[in-house]
Amino acid sequence: MTFLRTAWLVLRKDFAIEVRSWEILTTTLFFASSCVLVFAFAFVKEGRAVEDAAAGILWIAIAFSGTLALGRTFERERYGETLRALLLAPAPRPALYVGKLLGMLALLGIAEALLVPMVAFLFQAALFSRPLLLAGLLAGGTIGFAAVGTLFAAMLVRARSRDVLLPILLYPITIPVIIAGVRGTAALLAEIPDEATATMWIGILVAFDTVFVTLALWTFEPLMTE
Amino acid sequence: MRKAFGPLVVVGAALFVAAPYFIAQAPYESTMGLIQKIMYYHVPSWIAQYCAITVCGVASAIYLFKSHPVADRYAVSAAELVVLFGLMGLITGPLWARKAWGVWWQWDVRLTSALLMELIFVAYLLVRQYGGPGSEKLASATALFGTATGPFVYKSVDIWRTVHPKTTVVPTLPSSLGAPLALTSAAFVLLFVVLLTLRVNLAERQAALDEMYLALED
Repeated sequence: MTFLRTAWLVLRKDFAIEVRSWEILTTTLFFASSCVLVFAFAFVKEGRAVEDAAAGILWIAIAFSGTLALGRTFERERYGETLRALLLAPAPRPALYVGKLLGMLALLGIAEALLVPMVAFLFQAALFSRPLLLAGLLAGGTIGFAAVGTLFAAMLVRARSRDVLLPILLYPITIPVIIAGVRGTAALLAEIPDEATATMWIGILVAFDTVFVTLALWTFEPLMTE
Repeated sequence: MRKAFGPLVVVGAALFVAAPYFIAQAPYESTMGLIQKIMYYHVPSWIAQYCAITVCGVASAIYLFKSHPVADRYAVSAAELVVLFGLMGLITGPLWARKAWGVWWQWDVRLTSALLMELIFVAYLLVRQYGGPGSEKLASATALFGTATGPFVYKSVDIWRTVHPKTTVVPTLPSSLGAPLALTSAAFVLLFVVLLTLRVNLAERQAALDEMYLALED
């Protein structure tokens, strides 16, 4: 009970801070949409997007804007020197992680709610033909990415050159998740949507999410101990 | 480990001296001919890399939870060897692929995931190099995530249809090809053990030297 309550309190705290300025949300959304535009210039030939480009662009935009947001959320804790206070609280440490992870998932969920229609609109991609499978892929991919990202962003708060190290650590580890997301989404965007392939990739995402979340919950406590 | 070091070096060196003879003796594989002999370097380097990944993962977990400096020395030494043996596999692989598949590189699941594994452990070394104080713990978490990806890399060829041979190929090799492979694999594993011992020894001396510097400053 205290576990879920702590997670909820951390989430509410982050939300209350965010509502004051909307800083992270607006910058993340703007960055995500400019990512899509940059890739649009690279992958559009004679007015049409290269095959499978839409799936790749969607996931790259999610990964890039996610990295930016991860850096910012913990930069805020560092700037206010509040991370120590948070860690001193008589609460289970993994609950703090879950709270932060939920905040990250909410933020990325909002970003995806913007990105998916944008990609569908700009690249004539039939993203909404199988909404449930797409939602499954997005949820699986986002959880895997954010689970690793939240852990590494939290532990990098104390490290030197953390801005550079976060993407360096995050991308090699989360590439399997991004590959699964891209391939699954590309299967849905084919002429005849390939539901079996998309379901297979969702299964792989669930496997990776389970491993990543378990490892993160297991290692968060020793990693955040000074 | 240290007492066995001398004999291990001798046995390892003997295996490396004997290997060219046995590789030359082994018959040509029917379809690929001479180029198939790269297998005697390619497969053993990955076997040695998996040994290094296992050592690095276990040592990192011990260091993360028990903060034992010895475990950390093993972890960093093994991580460097993961990168080294991975590099050997990633160089011999394309050389073989150029002749067998006609291309240097194929975006196949096994190749991609093996490259990722290499990247994760390069990231491990980067974090240790540039992360500043306390980066050992960060690195050990990276190693744990990398080790967790290991079984996925190994099993990937059995899950997806790929151009890369499956894991079942090695045990079913005829003994005329399998015996030299077993010999070179043993040689590479011994090379790994020898290099690991040397590198851990170096790390110990560095730690001792650092302590002496600190004592002098006080």
